[in-house]
Amino acid sequence: MPLDASFAALADPTRRAILARLALGEATVMELAKPFEMTQPAISQHLKVLEGAGLIVQRVDGARRPRRLAKPGLDAVDQWLTMLRKALEKNYDRLDGVLAAMQSEHKRKR
Amino acid sequence: MNKLTLKTEGDTHVIVTRHFDAPPEAVFRAHTDPRIVQQWVLGPEGWTMPVCINEAKPGGKIRYEWKHPKQGGFHLTGEYIELVPYSKIVHVERMFLPDPTPDNHVETRFEPDGAGTRMTMRMTLPDGKTRAAMLATGMEKGMEASYVRLESMIGNLMPSAASH
Repeated sequence: MPLDASFAALADPTRRAILARLALGEATVMELAKPFEMTQPAISQHLKVLEGAGLIVQRVDGARRPRRLAKPGLDAVDQWLTMLRKALEKNYDRLDGVLAAMQSEHKRKR
Repeated sequence: MNKLTLKTEGDTHVIVTRHFDAPPEAVFRAHTDPRIVQQWVLGPEGWTMPVCINEAKPGGKIRYEWKHPKQGGFHLTGEYIELVPYSKIVHVERMFLPDPTPDNHVETRFEPDGAGTRMTMRMTLPDGKTRAAMLATGMEKGMEASYVRLESMIGNLMPSAASH
């Protein structure tokens, strides 16, 4: 089932990072391999999984085979803001606990 | 409920607000005392901050180093520009991923809000290249919401598959 394939494809952090990169525009295997310290065959394997899941497509451009998102619906700004929100929510929830501890400490000392 | 709001201001800034159930003095201290910063500026689960330098004075240095057992680590440096005790902090910061991201200029304000504090933080929205680098860093946990969004997008793309 394509839907199951999509979930499996997204379970891997490298593949999610590849999607994040492709949200900025199309890229070749070589360009995609660069930031990941991975060999091109390893990246190609990830691309095959993403293609199989219908998340990305490739285009023929002479000898180049640039990949792009199958649907440019994953806006990069949205993705980044979502990441920021998650990180901040986590931080401030922790800070609530830290502040509560500071306040009770303060009261004890008075 | 201490809910976070996050919105963009034009194409260049992000505004974050949050209420805290503690007075501005405490919230300000939690942002500037390195021993306290170390306890909560950690992002997604699993990260720790073994190094935290925070010289809370104009021109003072900031250096945070994060570590994750599986995802390695990265660090941030910065400098304080202005501090108004308990009400305002202005600083710049950059992440090393490992290349430095462009300077993020951050202005944080704390105002009394009932018995607590209302915080407003205004920061720079990084450019596309920087956002991609940040997304590709170990902060992958934060992408879970995108994952959920993508899930519904796939559902829309493949209605026959989704209905089974």
